[in-house]
Amino acid sequence: MGYCPNTPDEIREMLAVIGAGSIEELFAPIPAELRAKSFDLPPGMSEFELMRIMREKAAAGGAEIVPFIGCGIYDHIIPAAVDHLSSRAEFYTAYTPYQPECSQGTLQALFEYQSAICRLTGMEASNASLYDGGTAVAEAALMSLRITERNRVILDASVNPLHREIVTGYLHGLSAEAVEVAPDGCSSDLKSLIDSIDEETAAVIVQNPNFFGSVQDFSELASKAHEKGALLIVSSYPIALGLVASPGETGADIAVGDGQSLGNALSFGGPYFGFIATRKRFIRNLPGRIVGETIDNQGRRGYVLTLQAREQHIKRHKATSNICSNQSLCALRGLIFCASLGRKGFEELAVLNYDKAQYAKSCLTSLKGVTLMNTGTTFNEFTLSLPMDAAPVVEKLLASGVAAGVPLGQYYPGLDEALVVTVTEKRSRAEIDRLAALLEEALCS
Amino acid sequence: MAKFFTKEHEWVEMDGAQAIVGISEHAAHELGDITFVELPKIGKSVKQFDTLAGIESVKAASDIYAPVSGKVVQVNDKLEDAPELVNQGAESEGWICRLEGVDASELAALLDAAAYAKYLEGL
Repeated sequence: MGYCPNTPDEIREMLAVIGAGSIEELFAPIPAELRAKSFDLPPGMSEFELMRIMREKAAAGGAEIVPFIGCGIYDHIIPAAVDHLSSRAEFYTAYTPYQPECSQGTLQALFEYQSAICRLTGMEASNASLYDGGTAVAEAALMSLRITERNRVILDASVNPLHREIVTGYLHGLSAEAVEVAPDGCSSDLKSLIDSIDEETAAVIVQNPNFFGSVQDFSELASKAHEKGALLIVSSYPIALGLVASPGETGADIAVGDGQSLGNALSFGGPYFGFIATRKRFIRNLPGRIVGETIDNQGRRGYVLTLQAREQHIKRHKATSNICSNQSLCALRGLIFCASLGRKGFEELAVLNYDKAQYAKSCLTSLKGVTLMNTGTTFNEFTLSLPMDAAPVVEKLLASGVAAGVPLGQYYPGLDEALVVTVTEKRSRAEIDRLAALLEEALCS
Repeated sequence: MAKFFTKEHEWVEMDGAQAIVGISEHAAHELGDITFVELPKIGKSVKQFDTLAGIESVKAASDIYAPVSGKVVQVNDKLEDAPELVNQGAESEGWICRLEGVDASELAALLDAAAYAKYLEGL
């Protein structure tokens, strides 16, 4: 089939067949208040005009700003192989690999991706990716409801606020609820989390490192959850897994996270991919596509989409999840990233992040009035308390071409003076020193 | 004791106070190669004709409905590793689970073997 939009003639023909006078009339049953008012898009333009606009946008200075921003998306290196291999037409233009006989390349790549995610997370089964980290957390929450047949999840409030909002949105309308447990300073309040687990708890959801950058051991939480028949869901920052104990090692049942940091550019907020992995016994409750390895009738190795009975095209309204798509290309970039670095390279990258962040931590906390709010271990981001509101300070530093971090006041009422600073391997000593100098200047003025 | 059947192709047979439940030979044949049986949880209570379990084959995924009301007291664990037992003997070694607390009067709403055979002819 050709991927062409409908011509005016075809539209007229179709409307005539169904007896509608116009497109407007066709959509008339949808109440006006539920219909899109406007997509607010400019009119179409030529390739030349579009390229010019894009060049102008690229040169507008955003690309020159040095980011110390993290909180879920990160500025990491992307090896040249990632762009090069992922833009091969075989991958770049591939359609859903439902016909294994003509999709072996795509299927094998996704199978390798799943293997990489299992290695990273310490889990036994991964799907072929989800839309993003937030979706992955929400899908894991739904998974826990299905597995335990219970209807409450406990949500640690030091989990990314955007992800928590998605979980709450997903649970809205189901007969299930999310109960938030406030953190203890910048750490998860393990005691309160354990105390809130009851016979109705499907899962406890935590993030490691959490939104404030704190790294914690959730082993005890895992065993306490299991004692009560609940699951533990851990959301991870994949680069941190080069150093931090994996969800699998801490006894988690479902590992999720955003894969952006694995070879995907920041690109104004997306597209990224989410990952979700679990124990083998829960594989039938995983949402989305899963690629499996098998042999054909001549004993040759081959790959197929497997366990499809979970999915919408087989199980219709009883499907495991509404998710019927994935982020193949972004996930492929994630795989190429992991394969380019290898196990040792991945660990080195994590150490580099940690070391540079420790250097930044010592520089910034030596400034007058600036204190560190995290009490325990951090990975590559940490929360500072400034002697004044953080948002205007960040605004001021932007003018000098530095994005100093994420002010927490917008997410946590009462934390207006808190700033989360992130330092990846891409930040040089000179850039960190400049951040410290600019911050000192802004706090003194 | 005799088997009774539902129009959804489940069978039930009383064994003392307990009811043994499975899917009919006809259903297993229609499904084709069975790849997975989603067994109910022990302790689960079901009403007659409510969803009891799930079954998947290379062709389709279907629900298994409870032929009678009751509480699950035992499941056929062998099906976890050998779901093909349902193909080999849907009305014998391929049983799904046992229910207790069954009200035998509910059997009156089901078909006996002869009526079920007749029902199949009409499909």
